[in-house]
Amino acid sequence: MMASSYNAKDEDGHHPGSVGSGGPGAVKSKKPDNTAFKQQRLPAWQPILTAGTVLPAFFMIGLIFIPIGIGLLVTSNNIKEFEIDYTGVDMFSPCFNCSQNYSWNSTSACTCSVPFTLDQPFESNVFMYYGLSNFYQNHRRYVKSRDDSQLNGDKSSLLNPSKECEPYRTSDKKPIAPCGAIANSLFNDTLELFYIQPNGSRIAIDMVKTGIAWWTDKHVKFRNPGGNNNNLSHVFRETSKPVNWRKPVYELDPSDPDNNGFINEDFIVWMRTAALPTFRKLYRIIQKKKDNMTPTLPPGNYSLEVIYSILEKSA
Amino acid sequence: MIQQLESDQGGMAKDLTKNRRVVMPSWTEHEEIKELQQSYSRNKVRTTKYTFLSFLPKNLFEQLHRFANVYFVFLGALNFVPIVNAFQPEISVIPIIFVMAITAVKDLWEDQRRRKSDQKINNCSCEVYDRKQKQYVERRWAEVCVGDLVRLCCNEIIPADMVLLHSSDSNGVCHIETANLDGETNLKQRQVVRDLPQQGPEFVPENYSSRIECENPNNDLRRFRGFMEHPGKVRVGLHSENLLLRSCTVRNTETVIGIVVYAGHETKAMQNNSGPRYKRSKLERRLNVDVLWCVVLLLVMCFIAAVLIPISLYVSIEIVKLGQIYFIQNDLDLYNPVLDTGVQCRALNITEDLGQIQHLFSDKTGTLTENRMLFRRCTVAGTEYPHKENAISLEQYEEQGCGDADHSLTLRSRASRKSLSCKSLSCNRSSVSLNTLTAESDTHSVHDTLRRHTPGAFSSTMECAVVPDPDLQVKLNALSSPMRSALRQEAAEISHILDFFIALTVCNTVVVSSPTQPRHMVQMPVVRTPLRSLEEMKAMFQKLSLPRFPLSLNQNTDTPPSLTKKLFTRGRSASYFPNSSPQTPITNLQSPTTPSGTPSNTPSTPVTPALSSGTWTEDMDDIQKAKDNSVRESDSESDDEDEEEELLYEAESPDEAALVQAAKAYGCTLLGRSPEQVLVAFPGTGPLSIPLLHVLPFSSARKRMSVVVRHPLSGEVVVYTKGADNVIMELAEAAEDGFSREIMEQTQKHLDQYAREGLRTLCVAKKVLEEQEYKAWLKRHEYAETSIENREELLLESAERLEKNLTLLGATGIVDRLQEEVPETIEALQEAGIKVWVLTGDKQETAINIAFACKLLRPTDHILMANCDSKEACEARFHELEHEITQVTKKGMKSEDGSFDCVLVIDGRTLDYALEKELQGSFLNLTCCCRSVICCRSTPLQKSQVVRLVRDKLKVMTLAIGDGANDVSMIQVADVGVGISGQEGMQAVMSSDFAISRFKFLRKLILVHGHWCYARLANMILYFFYKNVMYVNLLFWYQFFCGFSGHTMTNSWVLIFFNLLFTSIPPIIYGVLDKDVSGETLLDLPDLYKSGQKSQAYLPSTFWVNIVDAFYQSLVCFFIPYFAYAGSDIGVFSFGSPINSSALLIILLHQLVLCHVILFRVFCNTICPSDLVRAQKMERLSAQDYYMSLQQWKENKAAQRLSSRHIPQNLSVNADVPYLTDCNAEAGAVLS
Repeated sequence: MMASSYNAKDEDGHHPGSVGSGGPGAVKSKKPDNTAFKQQRLPAWQPILTAGTVLPAFFMIGLIFIPIGIGLLVTSNNIKEFEIDYTGVDMFSPCFNCSQNYSWNSTSACTCSVPFTLDQPFESNVFMYYGLSNFYQNHRRYVKSRDDSQLNGDKSSLLNPSKECEPYRTSDKKPIAPCGAIANSLFNDTLELFYIQPNGSRIAIDMVKTGIAWWTDKHVKFRNPGGNNNNLSHVFRETSKPVNWRKPVYELDPSDPDNNGFINEDFIVWMRTAALPTFRKLYRIIQKKKDNMTPTLPPGNYSLEVIYSILEKSA
Repeated sequence: MIQQLESDQGGMAKDLTKNRRVVMPSWTEHEEIKELQQSYSRNKVRTTKYTFLSFLPKNLFEQLHRFANVYFVFLGALNFVPIVNAFQPEISVIPIIFVMAITAVKDLWEDQRRRKSDQKINNCSCEVYDRKQKQYVERRWAEVCVGDLVRLCCNEIIPADMVLLHSSDSNGVCHIETANLDGETNLKQRQVVRDLPQQGPEFVPENYSSRIECENPNNDLRRFRGFMEHPGKVRVGLHSENLLLRSCTVRNTETVIGIVVYAGHETKAMQNNSGPRYKRSKLERRLNVDVLWCVVLLLVMCFIAAVLIPISLYVSIEIVKLGQIYFIQNDLDLYNPVLDTGVQCRALNITEDLGQIQHLFSDKTGTLTENRMLFRRCTVAGTEYPHKENAISLEQYEEQGCGDADHSLTLRSRASRKSLSCKSLSCNRSSVSLNTLTAESDTHSVHDTLRRHTPGAFSSTMECAVVPDPDLQVKLNALSSPMRSALRQEAAEISHILDFFIALTVCNTVVVSSPTQPRHMVQMPVVRTPLRSLEEMKAMFQKLSLPRFPLSLNQNTDTPPSLTKKLFTRGRSASYFPNSSPQTPITNLQSPTTPSGTPSNTPSTPVTPALSSGTWTEDMDDIQKAKDNSVRESDSESDDEDEEEELLYEAESPDEAALVQAAKAYGCTLLGRSPEQVLVAFPGTGPLSIPLLHVLPFSSARKRMSVVVRHPLSGEVVVYTKGADNVIMELAEAAEDGFSREIMEQTQKHLDQYAREGLRTLCVAKKVLEEQEYKAWLKRHEYAETSIENREELLLESAERLEKNLTLLGATGIVDRLQEEVPETIEALQEAGIKVWVLTGDKQETAINIAFACKLLRPTDHILMANCDSKEACEARFHELEHEITQVTKKGMKSEDGSFDCVLVIDGRTLDYALEKELQGSFLNLTCCCRSVICCRSTPLQKSQVVRLVRDKLKVMTLAIGDGANDVSMIQVADVGVGISGQEGMQAVMSSDFAISRFKFLRKLILVHGHWCYARLANMILYFFYKNVMYVNLLFWYQFFCGFSGHTMTNSWVLIFFNLLFTSIPPIIYGVLDKDVSGETLLDLPDLYKSGQKSQAYLPSTFWVNIVDAFYQSLVCFFIPYFAYAGSDIGVFSFGSPINSSALLIILLHQLVLCHVILFRVFCNTICPSDLVRAQKMERLSAQDYYMSLQQWKENKAAQRLSSRHIPQNLSVNADVPYLTDCNAEAGAVLS
């Protein structure tokens, strides 16, 4: 009782009524301050919402957004899209054979070519995407199945990948680089585009494979182990390739050391998991011509050559 | 019976060690001691909850009592299981760790404060006797052990529970102030153990070797049982009178020595320290249910690691409540400048319950009324003395009091007293030198001096002067005038009057002190009895005495030898000064020629030597010192006689003080009190000592108190009893002679009249004991006093044996004024839909009158009485009353005018039947039909039973308000307990959740703060649910697109900090500061309070509407981005962030809109605005329009009430004349 009563006094600044000891002067008055804050008289605005006020406000806000919406719509309509399905489910599809006969064991790639015609020219830069449908790149366990520190070039993670990568962590008692399910399922179809001139000759269209990934991904998040060591095969010598891959990570783009290994941009793009099961990913950029006179892709006949390898039917 | 008891005692001795403790003086060499001391706890106290080691486990354990905490710990643990982990396990435990850490830090901080105060207490020092050094040495409190001898000086705090062995006071008493313990500031007297071998002025520890056996530590402050065994195997009983309690303060006594019996945590003070209770508010209980609902919802939605359950909700609620309490405590309107107290919030977690009160249970005395008792009138021996002048002066006082801002002015009148003594003197021709008085004015103005009642100085000094009734004055003075040859009848009456005044002066426990020496009891003053008047009086008394008052001076054993001696030394004194204080020892008026001119600083120095042999004044030095002091003090003051000091009476109950004051006005002054005797002055006698044989203190069971004294004049043993009228009337014998029967009849009549006026009545009775009779009783009583077991019962029985066959002397009527603004407050509360019940210990008539005065009862109300003697009767009565109500309502239908309501008045005995299981139902049915219920004559237990019954059976929110110890149980039972810090100590406040200083503050506390707190908290909780459901649903929708794998589109950090950082502050600010309607409007329109009672802000439907709203908003927030991004190359997090940020924006916007509208309400506000919205609109208007519409509102409401009232009626009870005694059981008759 005693201690608690002392406490109470301390807490509330409560003094026992100036009984006995302590003159009245010594006792601080407990009168609360007469301030706007303590007396809850702070100025405030209190709107009362009724249909009379809310509906006009809504309309006003709506009116503001209408021009914005129009602008957005117009820009969006200016974008031309051309979509080609080369899955090969259809009997008459050129890729039907590939999709039917493809097996993991086959060492030779199946190739098919899809012809198409552009009616209108594509001006400016043309972006080429590959799209997958019902591919749950956002599945929780799939998303987690990667080792970011390995991808960041960490040596120890390279040889000892995170447990998250299981069951794509080791193969043949060697650590997999890059480990995990995402890397394992890398999109590895190769797409090439040819312009078929009216005389029948095919001109390969030049496509840029860099600049398709985020700058931060390429320069910060993904790094090859061993820094600027050009001899990637040596760096990755104690690792094994992901089981589904045909070639090891250091051979993704042997021609360009800045696009090889973990910093291969196709790989980086793939590793940035899509939010929705039906998605597309940037594959190549067809840069506009320097002369600026002819369109990037003039109207005419084209052919898409696909080196078919991914098991898309089941994906 | 006695045998039985003896055998009990024998049995007790056997299991001695089991349930009692033995205390041996620690400074003697004894093998037993060490062993014993080890088994008793030491004086070091630790009130902290945790120690260094136990903090973590104990605090964790306590926190896991919360359902939500367990849930989150479980979830956190789940994340460590690889298969189901959604987040990185480390991240997932951050929120719960954060939340629990905050709570832990808060607990630790509180604990640290406790530790500091413990340290401070443990390091206090006191003087303890040391065996080796053979002297008292300074020790820390913590080092004091059981068996130590402790010496304390005046104003020191008692370090442990000790048995008082020695006091510097010659009477062996010491005074303690228990303010630290129960807040009562009046002094309590403690007594040295009786029959201690060494009673001398010096206490030699070596000579003390008695052993003490007492009961084991318990928490009953008022009980202590045990005995002390002296070396010669003599046992002396010990009781609470001998015990000095820890944390009390020694007052008024130079030094005391005691032996420690309980130390540290075993002291009564610590045993009573149970800490604050934990109450759960209604809202929080519902909240828990809804948390469970969320879990169900979660299971249905079936994905892991969602944050549907608001983890930070509990923490936020606590913070919000602290904020609300901060603002309540800082409210200037609830501040009482007189007492310098604001409102105290003692319970931290039920603020919102204030906004949902449906039933209010109020104590009457001290809660509705001032508990400032003023003597109003009395009846003695069947004659009523109306004290008209007194009434007038009271009215004037009241007017003045009302005019003043604070009502605590107390009145004291010197002039009136003088004029009064003048009057009395003129009657008392024999012994007066009129010279003394000629100098004084004979004005009747009572309001000469209005003295400010210093706050807290004395809790119960009733300093209002009483203007005596002339008739009574004359009769009383006839006693001392020998010329009157009285008739037998008249003689009997006069002896009754004398007895009546003796009883008023003596039959109490009032402690006398003087203002210049605050907290010091007046030393027993010099006894100077004017010889002649006393002798004359005795002669007179002899003459007057009825045959059974045999009187002989030889028998007058009470008069101490010194007294007689003094009588002769002093010779005849011409004066008596009933009000003269001992400090200016009875202004020396020996020489009649120098009356008021005699300087008071040349006091009775010649008197003192004559007193040296006096039995009272063994300690001459003390007296001399006191006198010197007083002389010095009076020196410094004015010599004017007007400055003579007044006696201050400190009583445990204000009634006692009022009665003593009243007696003083008649010249019967209580001058001093010691355990053995009382010093009293009567008109014409001067100070007289009355040997006090026994005091049977007041107990609520007996409802009376008694003193046994030896009559100063007749020398007989007389019992004076004072108590509740019904009890005393029962005990008063049905007198054989017509005289006393007539007295009884007349008195009863007067009592009824008093009650009708709303006065508190007390009866005074006496009984003369034959010597043998007394001796026989004494024997049994002493046995009861010394027994250890069953002591209370035995004492009760003993008291009952004594208090029978009493002779009724008279009765008194005491006014207890209403507190200011009580009627307005009650009216407002009733308008707010709160049923106000009054539970009082007073009698029915008084209760009804007070109820009328405070507008609880209206003139048009129909009063239903229930006074029954048996259960069957009670049942029948209830049926009858129900029938009556239907009848009344039917009648009301026909007549157009006025409002009608029933009010049930039920007395304590009937209440007992009503509370029995079988009748509970019909009782509650009955009360439901009544607007109000008044329970009179109810005990504290009944009060709490009633509250519990209503709370449990009607399932309503209850609030109990009271100020005294008798309200404690009721306050604890009620959902919200409010204590009034008033006259009767702090017990009610200690047990309350909120403490206010006046009843009127309840209005703002409930109507404004209650409403706000409830509305704020309810809305905040709803908002919390909303925001969590809304946010979590975003994740839920995403599951449809990620194969139900439980993946989230936002970073787990964002997810976790969503509740902790991003959305935590706005709702807290909202919960603390939002105002739906301004305080003024809430006060003006109590109707608005009903929204809280019906829990309108937090109905189950509101909860679900909120959830649906949240679902809708989350749908919008998710699917607009979804359709925008469908089929694009968007990454998981790029997809999540716009969703997340838009949701955050909307959630915060929602909060903004929530000050007051959920979208759904827009329509309601437009189409049929609720009262609250209309009030809000009204506030927009200009001042003039505002009042116009306020008026209109009230009219509208009144009209509504009329139209909705299906049972209006008019009743014939006329309220202008509160004439209600007749409507007792025949209330039905009123109907016709």
